[in-house]
Amino acid sequence: MTTTEDMTNSGSTEVAAAGTSEGRQELQLRKDISNKEFLRGSGAVLRMSESEVAALADTQSEDQTMIINMGPQHPSTHGVLRLMLELNGETVLRCKPVIGYLHTGMEKTGESLTFMQGATNVTRMDYASPLNNELVFAMTTEKLLGIDQDIPERAVWIRMLLSELNRISSHLLFLATNGMDIGAVSMMLYGFREREEVLRFFQKVTGLRMNHNFIRPGGVAADLPAGWRDEVLNLLEALPKRLAEYEILMTGQPIWRERLQGVGVITRDEAIALSATGPILRSTGFSWDLRRDMPYLRYDKVEFDVIVGSYGDAFDRYSIRLNEIRESMRIVGQVLDAMPQGDYRIQDKKVTPPPRGRIDESMEALIHHFKIFTEGFKVPEGEAYVAIESPRGEIACYIASDGSSTPYRMHVRAPSFINIQTMPLMMRGGLVADAVAVISSVDPVLGEVDR
Amino acid sequence: MAQISGRVADDVRFVAKDDYLKTLSDLRTEGFEMCVDLTAVDYLTHPGRTIAPEVAGQISLERFEVVVNLLSLSQRRRVRLRVQIAESDAVIDSAFDFYPGTEAMEREVFDMFGIKFSGHPDLTRILMPEDWQGHPLRKDYAPGSIPVQFKGAAS
Repeated sequence: MTTTEDMTNSGSTEVAAAGTSEGRQELQLRKDISNKEFLRGSGAVLRMSESEVAALADTQSEDQTMIINMGPQHPSTHGVLRLMLELNGETVLRCKPVIGYLHTGMEKTGESLTFMQGATNVTRMDYASPLNNELVFAMTTEKLLGIDQDIPERAVWIRMLLSELNRISSHLLFLATNGMDIGAVSMMLYGFREREEVLRFFQKVTGLRMNHNFIRPGGVAADLPAGWRDEVLNLLEALPKRLAEYEILMTGQPIWRERLQGVGVITRDEAIALSATGPILRSTGFSWDLRRDMPYLRYDKVEFDVIVGSYGDAFDRYSIRLNEIRESMRIVGQVLDAMPQGDYRIQDKKVTPPPRGRIDESMEALIHHFKIFTEGFKVPEGEAYVAIESPRGEIACYIASDGSSTPYRMHVRAPSFINIQTMPLMMRGGLVADAVAVISSVDPVLGEVDR
Repeated sequence: MAQISGRVADDVRFVAKDDYLKTLSDLRTEGFEMCVDLTAVDYLTHPGRTIAPEVAGQISLERFEVVVNLLSLSQRRRVRLRVQIAESDAVIDSAFDFYPGTEAMEREVFDMFGIKFSGHPDLTRILMPEDWQGHPLRKDYAPGSIPVQFKGAAS
């Protein structure tokens, strides 16, 4: 431990003494770790033959290598991700992500919030796609309540509309940050500009740009506002032209392709072994999308394609996300046509507060409203696991309920938390500059990694 | 909970701690390629919990429960394993050799619940600082709070 500190902070002993070191969590010297840990750190995740292991062991010459720190405050680490890299010259030999800088104990907090308040908590985890977090929490609660089949059609289709628009805004954010990380800084401006237009629609519908608390157990918080259809149509009309511009700006550019093609390669078996989902798994050519393979909401009623790559590199992950925006727009177009009339939340007095208008005239409605918002509603004993496809992969919620109005245990399977495990594998043998491209192509959201 | 018609019930299996690795290996051969989630629950204040009536008499319920969700990509189905872990012997075999993707999840469970995974390559705290005392998601670990100060308010 001390040797690592000596190495990383050579010459600045006061830094080592500042109490910020996390000891064993850091990347360790090779002589201090077991062979198993070394192999994992070097990106070996599948069973290897003896010759392959021997070839890896041959590279162990510690006098030429150096362990350096990247982050947690680094412009390209998407928040507070810290990577420790072992370098030989400019080549990355080992990598270890050190996380937890944004840990705020949201799963613990979730145990003291009622099921009514829970959405405000989970929506802050993956802040780039908050509506998907709310959706998975609401669906798990509904499964425990046994009302998952009784959600009104309009609420389900509103959820689908918002979920897909959120996928578009999240992927636009990816295009922006990916562009910035690679050096196409103008892309950052364009990506944020288009994302803002989607967020403006969210603000009209939910009242907030982010952290909406809009999808709640039982339905959604409010009906769509007047004129929503025109707003969405405007978006659908404006976006294709912008996407075509991105293609000109990036996809065809030799510099862009040089920076991404063949960088951060992962194979299908490795991605599956590391439990990676979402664009990372799809970039390896494995066609897996929960919207199609285990449909929820009404995804079996709409037509869309699952985009897959073929090389498993950063360029594939970029193209997948770009084209998923187009597929999401296709779905949104179908949602517009299919949007049914009716209630936007379930009329189950146990779960649904009375309409605002009745509170002024009825004492019982006022008491009912007060009860639901202070005590919450009781959820039957049981446990449920529900998974949906978020822009980053499978996001799932596991709730164990003891029959009270707060979850006994609320766990969120965060796709980014699992997906950053692929980084050591993807970075191995690449250059430091490519490490930035790899981080960017995994597209982690640190709020979700640390929760 | 009453069964709602038309809903497919989750495939939940209770696995003894000693059979855990064998079960994982069998399920992997059966086509569950991915360990999609691994977490734990501390049933300290709710020891009764919900269990299927057919296994009710056969398993001894313990304080901790490790919950493993496996996914079969080829058959499009899921299975959930629930493993009882006694407080006095909070150790379980690591699933790392079968599912390397559980590396971070097991570290998180160790960090949050203090359950050890034998055979794990690098079992250290992952979210909390290295020198942290206690395991936050245990039920006897109180959620912390910072006292809020208001000027002139009676304390």
